[in-house]
Amino acid sequence: MKGSSAALRFGVAVLGVWVVVAIAAPWLSPYDPLQQQIEARLQAPSLAHWLGTDSLGRDLLSRLLYGARPTLLLVALVATVMAPIGLTLGILGGYFSGGLDRILSGLTNVVMAFPQLVLALAFVGLLGPGLLNVALALILTGWPAYARLSRAETQLLRRSDYIAAAEMLDIRGPRLLFGHLLPACLPALRARLALDLAGVVLTAAALGFLGLGARPPTPEWGTMVAEGGRVVFDQWWLAAAPGAAIFLLSIAFNSIADGLRAGNSHAG
Amino acid sequence: MSADIAIEELHFSFNAGERPVTLFDKLKLTVGRGETFGILGPSGCGKSTLLRIIAGVQRHWSGRIRLFEHAIVPGARFKGALRREIQMVFQDPYASLHPLHTVERALTEPLVVHGVADAGTVALERLQEVGLSAHLARRYPRELSGGQRQRVAIARALLLGPRLLLLDEPTSALDLSAQAEILNLLNRLKRSHDMTLILVSHDRGVIAHLCDRAAVMQGGRIEKILHRSELSQV
Amino acid sequence: MPDEASKLLVRELTVRSAAPGERALVDGVSFAVGTERVALVGESGSGKSLTARAILGLPSPPLTAVAAELRFGAIDLQDLDARAWAALRGSRLSLVLQDPRRSLNPVLTVGWQLHEALQLHGRYSRAERLERIEAMLHSVGLAPSVLSLYPQQLSGGMGQRVVLAMMLLNGPGLLIADEPTSALDVSLRDQVLELMCGLVSAHGTGLLLISHDLQQVARHCDRVLIMYRGRIVDTCPAAALPLSTHPYTRTLWSSRPNGRTYGTELPVFDPT
Repeated sequence: MKGSSAALRFGVAVLGVWVVVAIAAPWLSPYDPLQQQIEARLQAPSLAHWLGTDSLGRDLLSRLLYGARPTLLLVALVATVMAPIGLTLGILGGYFSGGLDRILSGLTNVVMAFPQLVLALAFVGLLGPGLLNVALALILTGWPAYARLSRAETQLLRRSDYIAAAEMLDIRGPRLLFGHLLPACLPALRARLALDLAGVVLTAAALGFLGLGARPPTPEWGTMVAEGGRVVFDQWWLAAAPGAAIFLLSIAFNSIADGLRAGNSHAG
Repeated sequence: MSADIAIEELHFSFNAGERPVTLFDKLKLTVGRGETFGILGPSGCGKSTLLRIIAGVQRHWSGRIRLFEHAIVPGARFKGALRREIQMVFQDPYASLHPLHTVERALTEPLVVHGVADAGTVALERLQEVGLSAHLARRYPRELSGGQRQRVAIARALLLGPRLLLLDEPTSALDLSAQAEILNLLNRLKRSHDMTLILVSHDRGVIAHLCDRAAVMQGGRIEKILHRSELSQV
Repeated sequence: MPDEASKLLVRELTVRSAAPGERALVDGVSFAVGTERVALVGESGSGKSLTARAILGLPSPPLTAVAAELRFGAIDLQDLDARAWAALRGSRLSLVLQDPRRSLNPVLTVGWQLHEALQLHGRYSRAERLERIEAMLHSVGLAPSVLSLYPQQLSGGMGQRVVLAMMLLNGPGLLIADEPTSALDVSLRDQVLELMCGLVSAHGTGLLLISHDLQQVARHCDRVLIMYRGRIVDTCPAAALPLSTHPYTRTLWSSRPNGRTYGTELPVFDPT
């Protein structure tokens, strides 16, 4: 039990640091991330530039700090839209059964049959690159997991005594679904969401790497890894730094998920 | 004694795997006005299912059931006065209180849903009526003892002024001293509220302590009815 | 199974949780069990199960257990490593838990597990083992056909008999039973308990029975220890229970509902 809260604290702490970095990037960055200084390109880390400069002479540290923004924005967008949609659809299907459940389950299964990255690629390919489109792609391909989870939980909870008790007191409809069933579904959902967000960070970076993410010159970790990849044998830090950032953020979510899941199994 | 509850020709079956199993076949039962009626039997005899049928929670039965002046239709949810008049206390107090709702919410929500004025005050009154102090209102079920949780469950069942109170093994999950407290509470409430009680238990002592009459149930059938004179020998 | 070697001696056993400032869960408990049937009775929170676990070296962290003296015959129970415990448990010191499903391995047949119990602690030929097993099954009232069944195929009562057989096969000096009948139907409880007590007496084994049911243990045990909030508050011979003058014991004894208490208020213990 101690181990789980340590994981949770670690994850939240690291995430907190990134959030602060993203918000305070203008004040923390020593240079303007878009300012090019071609004469100073591809410099090794030094006192002037802690992480060196990239192929256009832009300070890598500043780009790294600003790069937290699109990633975190994406994560926030996906988290706040994807989970509620899936949750609601799952609860509705799980509680009402019958025709509604069959339609929703069918839809869930169809979307789930496609691998998320491939589907996201297709979406972005169709809609064009850009942060919003990546978010949309991830939301549209990610909600089924939550629908399935909350549907299973709801079906289980429907038989529980406290739902029967609520029924006997004539508590029904939206009040029952959102006041009683939904809160009971949340613990399992939270742990799953944290884990998914770790994956979202990686998928977003992958899409950025493929040039389908934020448009240049906006600093974005995935794109930066791609740029750094071109000179990786000589200026390895250009790919390593954003890579480490992606890793750290993803690990933060993984730790949070770990801590939440362990917390759930103890509270249950 | 006019019968408050009359059950006749009750038939109930369920699916165990693929095979349908008949639990009740032509079950007949009557409970009189203001009686405390017990149903005694081992686990699996069907006593809890019978209670849930009377409660309107289990709706896939056939036969004839009359609860007070209402004739119950199989498959239909209880509505209106009927729904208010029949309430139940479940066996496991932790499972019957929503783990994420405070005691206050558990007691005020039903009142709010039924448009009772001043729900907060009424809820506190009910809480004190079952012997709990007001400061427990903000606690969650996991912060209460088994006996306290069961008291909250009883208070909740009494919120809408039921005429029939169903109790499904109300003390089976409790310690001996918690059980004694709950039984004392039920005895007191029986006298102060005008209610008919149906109590299900596998414990002969509990049935003999609370009930005026009791049905002995085995394998979905009522073997015999024990009257007060026989119960006092237990 | 000599008498003195079977004596369990517990002196000032204390079990604490990691949370600072909280009262000890088991507070300075002392008692001894010889070749007799002793019951440790209390309600939930009294610390009775923790006491049993501490004696068997089983408390899970963050709980810590310490005792001034904790001996089984000549063996110091506080001084055993994992291997020594493995050799002791199941052979000279046995444990029966509430739920037989937790003592039996679901993927092995009953026969396999009974043979294994003998193999771990002694050297017998297969024929000798089978003989002992069949004799034991007979004394717990089970047919030899049960050997080919898996634990899930057994009813609660049968499962508990199998566990009993398994735990008594090696002729232990002491059997500790933690609420062995609580998970069984009311009608089976007395039967299984009677069987347990009968076997224990016949084999010269001591019994430490943990229970919350005072009236049940009064029927089957020689001596009763009553626990309340971590302490032993009363000890008395089983026969003297109805006459006890200790307030808590009296309440536990007389707060059982029955036909004669109809309409009366049951006594409730007032700690003040």
